[in-house]
Amino acid sequence: MNKTSLYQAHLDAGAKMVDFGGWQMPINYGSQLEEHHAVRQHCGLFDVSHMTIIDVAGEDATDFLYKLLAGDIKKTDVNQALYSTMLNEDGGVIDDLIVYKQSDERYRIISNAATRQKDLAWILQQADDFKVTIEEQSELSILALQGPHSEQLLNSVLSFDFSDLKKFRATQSDDLFIGRTGYTGEDGFELLVPNNQANGLWDKLVQAGAKPCGLGARDTLRLEAGMHLYGQDMDESISPVNCGLAWSVRKNNYDFIGGNVIKTQRQQGADQRLVGLVLSGRGVLRHGQNLFNNDREIGVITSGGFSPTTESAIALARIPASLKTDTLQVEIRKKQLPCRVVKPTFVRNGQSLIEE
Amino acid sequence: MSYVPDNLSYTASHEWLEKIETGRYRVGITEFAQDQLGDIVFVELPEMDESYAQEDECGVVESVKTASDLYAPIGGTIVEINDALEDTPELINDSPYDDGWIFVIEVDDESDLDNLLSAEDYRNSIEDEE
Repeated sequence: MNKTSLYQAHLDAGAKMVDFGGWQMPINYGSQLEEHHAVRQHCGLFDVSHMTIIDVAGEDATDFLYKLLAGDIKKTDVNQALYSTMLNEDGGVIDDLIVYKQSDERYRIISNAATRQKDLAWILQQADDFKVTIEEQSELSILALQGPHSEQLLNSVLSFDFSDLKKFRATQSDDLFIGRTGYTGEDGFELLVPNNQANGLWDKLVQAGAKPCGLGARDTLRLEAGMHLYGQDMDESISPVNCGLAWSVRKNNYDFIGGNVIKTQRQQGADQRLVGLVLSGRGVLRHGQNLFNNDREIGVITSGGFSPTTESAIALARIPASLKTDTLQVEIRKKQLPCRVVKPTFVRNGQSLIEE
Repeated sequence: MSYVPDNLSYTASHEWLEKIETGRYRVGITEFAQDQLGDIVFVELPEMDESYAQEDECGVVESVKTASDLYAPIGGTIVEINDALEDTPELINDSPYDDGWIFVIEVDDESDLDNLLSAEDYRNSIEDEE
């Protein structure tokens, strides 16, 4: 089992540890709800060092990523981040990731933990015809500082003014790589720091008021924000067009792996779409629950849970693209309960977006 | 180590049972169980006057993490339910042996009680998991 550089710090802070993609990670430090609210209202700190960092460098780096990724790396500026999917030949999602452009010949990919081996194998295999080097960075830890007070807190800890760093932009300061990104629907930063400095930075941020948060809160926060979780909301059998990620796929040029399939799907129209659900009564929506429309099974919940911010049960679900309806029934323990169909973004910047 | 009161009986599925008067027993889930579940956000209570056999599913406790079935520790009829859990399910986290009780069951056959665990047995059963 892998451990991050902050493993002992988590134990010292009273974390409950779980196995996540082969890593011992904190699920919570007592109350997941308190951690969730801390991120919505103040500032929370996550150890996400289990995620995979892959550096791509070389004179063909841009052309390689233009082929490898469905997003448009050529429209990405230096010091800008791009959210993209990486597809197989059939247009299925191998993984979703963030790629930071450091220069025309240098990029840094951050992808999921559980997909590390297959991502690396796939990227290396595709890189054969390009003048690039692919290197996994295991010497770096990743801390995610998230919440409305993140900027203020980071300014004080690093004695630097981050007000000019825009969303989805990155900057480098000595050994620190700082991107204004996150997975919570709040303002925040992801900090890449050498492993031997991770504990020092973690301690300073916690002393300054950031609340340690586990993967439990990370999941409810991203669900409220309507952000996809790989392996639940999409996988290798689903194309981005059919799971609510069409916005991340470029339209001007389909010369990427899986591009031909995506082009055809776009021309013919998507089969499925992603919607948000809000349970009308009491209960909790969960991954895998089946959905019905007039007694006909029409779809499935891909991610569900209790939303602490809106105090309701919410979910992301895949339904036929042609089905237009305001309500669906979800089957929970053999009973069918009504759900409202809403936009798949429930909370942004601390505010509920669920329409009454 | 979780608190396991000496005066209660227990099940392997983490319910506790307390005799409140002749033939009537109050039921909840243990401190260990609520700690494993994490923040509890929903409780599906058994229905009043409904009868259950020993070990029948009779409700559900859902946390931010997962859903966990509730089992009748003894066979009998539900004579009281803790309505407060509908709006404040977190009572189970805050007070698993007291304000977080879930239901009262009237026993059919006292011999069902022989199948329950003592506090010491229950402590041993969760030791490996802690």
